[in-house]
Amino acid sequence: MAILIDRDTRVIFQGLTGSTATRMAERAIAVGTSVVGGVRPGKGGTSHLGLPVFDNVAEAVAATEPHASAVFVPPSHAADAIIEAAEAGISLIVCVTERMPVLDMVRVREALRGSSSRLIGPNSYGIIAPGRCRIGVMPDRPHTPGRIGIASRSATLAYAVVEQTTRLALGQSTSIGIGGDPVHGMGFAECIELFLEDDETEGIILLGEIGGADEEEAADYLRSVRSEKPVVAYIAGVHAPRERRMGHAGTLDLLGEGSAERKIDALKDAGVVVAESPTLIGHAMREALRNR
Amino acid sequence: MNLHEYQAKAILRGYGLPIPKGEVVSAPEGVASAAKSIGGARWAVKAQVHAGQRGKAGGVQIVDSVEEAARAAGKMFGSRIVTAQTGREGLVVKKVYVEEAVAVEQELYAAVLVDRRKAKVVAVASRAGGRDIEEAFAAGEGVMEVISDDGGGSGESRSALAETLSLSVAQTDRVVEILSQARRAFLEADASLIEFNPLAVTTSGEIAVLDVKMVLDDNALWRHPNLADLRDEDEIDPREREANRYELNYARLDGNIGMMVTGAGLGLAAIDMIKQQGGDPANFMDIRPVASSDQIAEGMLLLLRDRRVRVVLVFAMGGGILRCDRIADGIAAAFRKSDSDVPVVFHAAGTGKEISELTLRNQGIGVTIADSMAEATQEAVRIAAARAE
Repeated sequence: MAILIDRDTRVIFQGLTGSTATRMAERAIAVGTSVVGGVRPGKGGTSHLGLPVFDNVAEAVAATEPHASAVFVPPSHAADAIIEAAEAGISLIVCVTERMPVLDMVRVREALRGSSSRLIGPNSYGIIAPGRCRIGVMPDRPHTPGRIGIASRSATLAYAVVEQTTRLALGQSTSIGIGGDPVHGMGFAECIELFLEDDETEGIILLGEIGGADEEEAADYLRSVRSEKPVVAYIAGVHAPRERRMGHAGTLDLLGEGSAERKIDALKDAGVVVAESPTLIGHAMREALRNR
Repeated sequence: MNLHEYQAKAILRGYGLPIPKGEVVSAPEGVASAAKSIGGARWAVKAQVHAGQRGKAGGVQIVDSVEEAARAAGKMFGSRIVTAQTGREGLVVKKVYVEEAVAVEQELYAAVLVDRRKAKVVAVASRAGGRDIEEAFAAGEGVMEVISDDGGGSGESRSALAETLSLSVAQTDRVVEILSQARRAFLEADASLIEFNPLAVTTSGEIAVLDVKMVLDDNALWRHPNLADLRDEDEIDPREREANRYELNYARLDGNIGMMVTGAGLGLAAIDMIKQQGGDPANFMDIRPVASSDQIAEGMLLLLRDRRVRVVLVFAMGGGILRCDRIADGIAAAFRKSDSDVPVVFHAAGTGKEISELTLRNQGIGVTIADSMAEATQEAVRIAAARAE
């Protein structure tokens, strides 16, 4: 099993008729993803890529019974699209949209409180279970089915680590982009929880960066569960010029927006192996699996 | 987008915040008449630059006469304010804000911002204005949720809040009222920070907003055309401004290794790798997935025109949207337009890797193709050191 998605996951695309969505839907179908339809207000009743297009998510849900929705909607409409998917009962919503207003995401999180829908993103590369299902904008190569679960804030760092784990014959059970935005859906802690429950995943890699509190929350969670599976992390931004912001840097620290050092310390304290360079992450995982 | 103090104060005055009388002046000649029309006997003369800690850099002067105000402002105009937040070059003062000086009894700190963890807008306050804020909150001198979720009353009981802030209950009510209004402004303007440092208690016991930093969410400016017009282009590094036009994120750094990568996280990692190898990046440049090869070429030209740059390090991680060969095409196009002899170290992986390497090998430009990020970084640092001599 992978986490959240598998061969049987039925996927719709919100904004299917857009050019990026079209290309990414084609790619998904080509690798065997069960894409069952799309949504584009005003184009209900037409078809695109041989798939039925609906005016809204509720109609798409009634006709195609999807488990997941890929949100490829411009930033001005992305919040409404996510909320619409949640209200229609879609259990996994994956939003790749970049540059959404932060207060729109505050509104989305408010709307999702108490909802059973999970949100990945926005500003996410999506989620992929290699060889079975892909929802997002990631490349197919060099993903390969395997035993490492990856959760990342950055898309291209994740691709680099996918390449390393493929080269070391570890492969990936699932790679999930939690997104680079300050307010987003699933965090590292939630990903770890799912990876720990997943039989196929033998090791977990977290790719974090300065800002936000996802890494600290992951450390807190790991301290509370004592993971049997090795966890390797990399935190980008140790040398980023922190003082170059206009507001009081302390305000952000106040809200748990830790520096790279603090995140690294918290993770190490929770038993996580922290790689010093992004090129050493795959090796660190191989070593950690050997030493288990 | 950063606003100037005078712009933020103009916006917040509209929300009824207690802001001292003030006028912005664009030339030394206007200072005396501004001070006269504001009235009073003491004024604060403040350089309008986007930099924290400008007070320490001479950007704020308290004066007791109109002549002194003119003299202080005269020195500020055209000078450079250099603080930890501006970089070595500093920022040139083009506008000065003249404000009635307030007699301060106590300095508070207050801010409205987004708590990422809780995904909500919060108002925080501390009795320790001007000090290390994190330290003050750790010492129990601050309150994390001054107003409740609905923006109405206090999250804490009013008397507890008063005690933490060392204020009377009436003053505390006023602070809560001010922060509730600031929160309204925050929501209506799509701000990402409104910070009062300090929020003053005057000698007559009133609460007054002395300094404000207000930052707007760039991703929401499309719904606030009036606020977007407040952008001061002079305060933005011209290279950053140019890069923004080409779907690139650019930030100037102080070293000599030009850097172009696909993605912000990878960019942070690249800075770390360069530093670990003993090198020093000249910039951060992240290519957005939607950038075309022409736009990437403009980005590369921007790096090649930077006289400090001894070598350019490129990490191209081809994804589902942005392929490596589009980046290689961009680099090749840049060198066709430039006679630069700056060498390029190129590492590609993922979609379009092979084509991108072929493209660059066939251009007759000084490009080193590296098999790994580590190798590429080492090579770039080596070249930068050799060419710096």
